[in-house]
Amino acid sequence: MAILEVNGLKVYFHTRNGVVKAVDDVSFSVDRGETLAIVGESGSGKSVTCYSLLDLLPKPPARIEGGTALFDGKDLLACSASEMRQHRCNDIAVIFQDPMTSLNPFLTIGEQLIEPLIYHPDRSQIQTRVEAKRTAVALLDEVGIIDSHARFDCYPHEFSGGMRQRVMIAMALITEPKLLICDEPTTALDVTIQAQILRLIKKLQETRNVAVIFISHDLGVVAGIADKVLVMCDGTIRETGGTDDLFYRTQNEYTKKLLAAIPEGAKTLPNRAKSDEILIEVTHLKTYFRNQLNTNNSEENRYIKAVDDVSLEIARGEILGLVGESGSGKSTLGRSILQLAPTTEGSVKFSGQTLTGLTAKQLVPWRRKMQMIFQDPYASLNPRMTVFETLSEPLLYHGIATWTTIASQVKQLMDDVGLSQAQLRKYPHEFSGGQRQRIAIGRAIATKPEFIIADEPVSALDVTIQAQILDLILELVERHNLTMMFISHDLSVVRYISDRVVIMNRGVIVEQGDTETLWAAPKEAYTKELLAAIPLADPAAERKRIANI
Amino acid sequence: MADAIEDHGTSLWKDAWIKLSKNRLALFGLAVLIMLIATSLLTPLIAPYGYETQNLNMGATAPSLQHWLGTDIFGRDMLTRIMYGGRVSLMVGFIATAVALVIGILWGAIAGFFGGRLDAIMMRIVDVLYALPFMIFIILLMVVFGRNILLLFLAIGAVEWLTMARIVRSQVMALRNQEFVEAANSLGLSQWTIIRRHIIPNTLGPVIVYTTLTIPSVMLLEAFLSFLGLGIQPPESSWGLLINYGVETMEEFPWLLIFPGIALSLTLFALNFLGDGLRDALDPRTSKD
Repeated sequence: MAILEVNGLKVYFHTRNGVVKAVDDVSFSVDRGETLAIVGESGSGKSVTCYSLLDLLPKPPARIEGGTALFDGKDLLACSASEMRQHRCNDIAVIFQDPMTSLNPFLTIGEQLIEPLIYHPDRSQIQTRVEAKRTAVALLDEVGIIDSHARFDCYPHEFSGGMRQRVMIAMALITEPKLLICDEPTTALDVTIQAQILRLIKKLQETRNVAVIFISHDLGVVAGIADKVLVMCDGTIRETGGTDDLFYRTQNEYTKKLLAAIPEGAKTLPNRAKSDEILIEVTHLKTYFRNQLNTNNSEENRYIKAVDDVSLEIARGEILGLVGESGSGKSTLGRSILQLAPTTEGSVKFSGQTLTGLTAKQLVPWRRKMQMIFQDPYASLNPRMTVFETLSEPLLYHGIATWTTIASQVKQLMDDVGLSQAQLRKYPHEFSGGQRQRIAIGRAIATKPEFIIADEPVSALDVTIQAQILDLILELVERHNLTMMFISHDLSVVRYISDRVVIMNRGVIVEQGDTETLWAAPKEAYTKELLAAIPLADPAAERKRIANI
Repeated sequence: MADAIEDHGTSLWKDAWIKLSKNRLALFGLAVLIMLIATSLLTPLIAPYGYETQNLNMGATAPSLQHWLGTDIFGRDMLTRIMYGGRVSLMVGFIATAVALVIGILWGAIAGFFGGRLDAIMMRIVDVLYALPFMIFIILLMVVFGRNILLLFLAIGAVEWLTMARIVRSQVMALRNQEFVEAANSLGLSQWTIIRRHIIPNTLGPVIVYTTLTIPSVMLLEAFLSFLGLGIQPPESSWGLLINYGVETMEEFPWLLIFPGIALSLTLFALNFLGDGLRDALDPRTSKD
């Protein structure tokens, strides 16, 4: 029997620039004990669909224009505010994307966990603190928090990201809901943690027989846990079906496009001129930061060793993938090589010239030869500069262009990165994420650099856009004979783009080698663990993988 | 596609001007301000009477054809006095605020951008100046340098830039770690270029709002100082001073309060409209139409 049945749901946003049909005629149902995955790119309406069921949307601008959502036979869209509070408290729970911001930093996790029990809207169900704590501690045990009794009184900052997400899951389950909505619960987590959380959600669902709606942008993530998949785009349903049917036998063009965009295997570039010349040479590089939180200044703890004695070489024309989880020091290593972060010890050489120890002024001519592409295309462009200004700045500053040639050179750059010249006068906010990343890439290649560090350049983008940007990067590397260090937490992306891979953990290099060799035969335990954690876009294989974690 | 020359011209300031010129309220504010400033500049030429010309027979008369805005208790023409007062008030308002703006933005931007020890030292200086009692500071200045209108501007500016520096510093500290600043660093731009091109334009929103609030408060501060005998002295006048005297005789001769009050309010309205318009115009995220 279906616990939730949504029929013809329509949610429109009434903005100053007209009506946006965020959700347009969406129908689906979820049974008890079933997992429905809603997959779509950003702006597809997948989150809005779920939030509208719980009345969590900002109104205005959002307005529900039609449809019904029968939960246990009662229409959620028609119920009053106090009835809705009952539902939220008893029946439906949500796990949000970012465990770092969805817990209140000023309350202990215990206090937050028992909140719905001791302040229950239905007075007869209010529990005493002691009872509530007993329930909460048992639940913390169940979601895998070790030493749950002591951890009950800890504050959120004392937990890691993965542990916080476990706490969030416990918080969602404490009222024993019948329906659990997970909004990208693993997107902000590292791959190894993601695998654990997926397994936990699957296990809890089976033991408690709850219905789960799992929202994700990543088909790979849902392959192993979903029973049914709903593919959304632009507010409408593109396809709905059983997981196996959808992955193996889809007829839908959009689903095919999504599946094709998942980076798989390695792409070989036939025309790449690989040489033996070493362009970048890093020797015993150390970057330490002063540990400000630490109160007892023992010699051991005084510094955070973000990069600890790293040595590596990058040959001219090579794409080196640098992989690591958050906090592994991969970004700091990138910034240290470019002399954007102050290094503590060791040296960085750029085609024979030592860069470490040069003053800012001495570095200027070298800056032209090495550039960086950043992760967040929303933060890496100055919001008050037009595209023209952004792209012309490096050209003019390094004397590559003059006022008479600048316009044609900037237009050339726009062509290079696949943007229309007519958009030169626009500001960054007028572009989509993918287009912004193209502008950022244009800025990086403007000075005709020899070496580019790309720091997670595609992780903030949708899968289909991600594939386009990766291809653009490959094309530019080939055309301009660039050398690149590609930093990412996403192993599939790194495999797709890199010739050689370096794996980092806690500031040191764990393993390095040619991409395919390393994939085929990883030596270190950590590498094996990382590779095993990659979600597969193949339901049968993925189910097996999750069961084995 | 526009030709090359036109491409060069596109910048925040040019776009801002285009947007501002479409904002009627802001244009109205700008027009009022220009009119007020022009009147002040031309006052010695166009004022109907001399600012100290007394006519004791005409003491405190209500507005008439002869004296459009009436006369004060010494029979001096109010219109003339408001015009002359505007010269002082507007000058104090704009110059003292400009001083506060320049010092405050630079000080705050440098402290916030470089951080660390430099920031600590610069902000402690701000704290020390904050802690200094304002009145004693002014009286000291007067005692040492004698009473002087320029000194008054300086003294007020020297107090007002402190808050501006703090506002700018907090903005800059949030901007400093943004990726576009790091991108500018990796392009090899000099620190000064980064502050000028990437940091300061992004702090303008709050700065403009605070500026439009500072100008009126500076004008009132001048009135307060003058009232205590530390600013300008009769027979010279300023709007603040006129209002202060007007309050004393509000019940018998209301026009002595109303007209300088209207002049001050008009300026404030105009400033607010212009300030809001500027803030919107300088934010590219607000739509162009």
